[in-house]
Amino acid sequence: MTLTLLLWISVLVAAALAFIGDWRYAPEVNIAGSALTFAVSLALALQVYQTGAFLAGGNFFFVDPFNVYLVVLTTFVSTTTAIFSRRYMRVERAHGRVGPMRMRFYHAMFQLFIFAMLMALLTNNLGVLWISMELATLATVLLVSLYRTPTAIEAAWKYFILCGVGIAQALFGTVLLYFAAERVLGEGGNALLWTNLNQVSGQLEPTVLRLAFVFLMVGYGTKVGLVPMHNWLPDAHSEGPTPISAVLSGLLLNVALYALVRCKALVDGSTGTHLAGNMMIGFGLLSLLVASFSMLRQKDIKRLFAYSSIEHMGIATFAFGLGGPIATFGGMLHMLVHSLTKSAVFFSVGHASQMHGTQEMSRIRGLIRGNPAVGWGLLLGVMALAGMPPFGLFASEFLILTATIKQMPLLTPLLLIGLAVAFAGLFRRVQPMAAGRIPPWQKPLSAANLPVALHLLLVLLLGVYLPGFLASWFQAAVGLLK
Amino acid sequence: MSNALVVQLNLLLAALILLTSFALLMQRRMFAIIHIFAWQGFFLGVSTAIIGYASGVHHLYLSALLTLVMKMMLLPYILYKLILKLKIHRQIECMVNVPTTMMIGIALVIFSYHLTEPIRQLSVLMTRTTLAVALATVMLGLLMMVTRSHAVSQIIGFLAMENGLFFAATSATFGMPMVVELGVALDLLIAAFIFGIFFFHINTTFDSLDVDQMAKLKETD
Repeated sequence: MTLTLLLWISVLVAAALAFIGDWRYAPEVNIAGSALTFAVSLALALQVYQTGAFLAGGNFFFVDPFNVYLVVLTTFVSTTTAIFSRRYMRVERAHGRVGPMRMRFYHAMFQLFIFAMLMALLTNNLGVLWISMELATLATVLLVSLYRTPTAIEAAWKYFILCGVGIAQALFGTVLLYFAAERVLGEGGNALLWTNLNQVSGQLEPTVLRLAFVFLMVGYGTKVGLVPMHNWLPDAHSEGPTPISAVLSGLLLNVALYALVRCKALVDGSTGTHLAGNMMIGFGLLSLLVASFSMLRQKDIKRLFAYSSIEHMGIATFAFGLGGPIATFGGMLHMLVHSLTKSAVFFSVGHASQMHGTQEMSRIRGLIRGNPAVGWGLLLGVMALAGMPPFGLFASEFLILTATIKQMPLLTPLLLIGLAVAFAGLFRRVQPMAAGRIPPWQKPLSAANLPVALHLLLVLLLGVYLPGFLASWFQAAVGLLK
Repeated sequence: MSNALVVQLNLLLAALILLTSFALLMQRRMFAIIHIFAWQGFFLGVSTAIIGYASGVHHLYLSALLTLVMKMMLLPYILYKLILKLKIHRQIECMVNVPTTMMIGIALVIFSYHLTEPIRQLSVLMTRTTLAVALATVMLGLLMMVTRSHAVSQIIGFLAMENGLFFAATSATFGMPMVVELGVALDLLIAAFIFGIFFFHINTTFDSLDVDQMAKLKETD
């Protein structure tokens, strides 16, 4: 019941926003719709908290501790992004970068994107998971090119083509998975249900699943933004509107990683070896290293944080690949805190670039003096992102590091180098932007401060105190993924 | 129809699909590309229907119908109209190194046979031998997207990949569950809508559909 309501709200709000068009209160409708989804997702979480994992809708949906926390995260971040987007898009409109038609499209697609992600998270059918991932891509492609500048169109085309190719590989992997499942579970839709597959994963043919995972890894890995399939990510993030960068980084990458982890659980059960884990370790570590070194030479502020997203998704992928209770726990916590921090940073970045009329870092200066809320928001967000102690990312990275030292000590130096270089890359750039005098081209701006404050507060809280229910959820999910 | 005849027919159609994939790879006229793509959709639809008849899996008839309508008629028609509207039907795409591309294509086909070997041994379906052709079609579509610089050719490569995936599903498992197949078809329709919009945007912004002009977003030192 709560489940159907959850999915219907975003579809109906999307339709309503497409229908009413560029009404004065369209941004408010967008916020209200997202907030409503958030409220319903809390009810769903409460249900899981009380009764544990359950199946719904004729086994079509599956809710367990692993996906329900991502559902709450998705609806929460989309609500705060909608709040941020109200102020942000108003300024963009005043600058004449978007017109009424495009605003209508923007709002409708925003809700459709949320629907696609919720569907991907909640469905039990691996085929429908694939369809929803593709739908999430398609909903955001035209949002990346919203400004219609040559670079925006180039970025969106790249996003469309590369993710299309990538996700096609994932479909081939799904076909192979179905082939293996059909021999055990018989024909029909039941053979693609994750819960059924998980029960019989020991009987699935290992040779087929090994091949399937290679395709799934490349396919969903493209959407996670893992190196070397990451080319679309910095472009799409830097050219699209900032609210979209925030949800792409904070939410879509998480959902893609979620899909990959679900598939890994099946492959592990079948092969009984550590092959899938080793592949994820390799891709994760490579992403961490390449992205952290790429951060050193960025000039565009949004590209810098796009590479930082690749870096953090690399760390999370690495953690899930490592496996074991501590690393998996750390990986899940990392997905949560990274998503909160990164969207907060993108909110501040959006305001900062509006104040200076550019995304070039060398022209953004004196933020703390010009607008203390934006300046401190950016500085604190970056401190959290770099893994400074009181914040949640310190806790998750510490857990992952501990697990690495215990399970694969030889990889520890590589992990540390990646983290250190990323730290340096961020601070070298952000410190001069936050400090210093106000440049003459800076314009005052009334910023949306609530989203940033809320996110950073949560990240801080998660760093010093992990609530009991969250810890028990993570532990339940760890048991599930073993 | 006897079983042997069905296997023979299916192999023939698989060969024709592979042939159209190679033809797509080297064709440089816009209309000809679309014609070949429509033929590929036709072979795919007929093959699906034959497999449906022989195996008794009746939802394959629906898939076959869906394939014929979407991939043989609707998508080629949309592309045809777009090309006329954008006035690019006389354009001839320049390509470099056609022989090398062909050689890579052949290597990809052999690679596909090698990769699907364990699966073909496991399968008991009469269609198992065509799985390699299906994977080869996916790979050749990918190759087309990489080697071509025209937006229309890249999209055709993308759609040919989709054809290959569909063919893989029918030959490995007699088709995916219906809900998945319908969902994929829906995604394909939305994708068609989106690339239609893109063609206009690229054409108005860059004055041509040559994607090589879009090279501003690069890592600079």
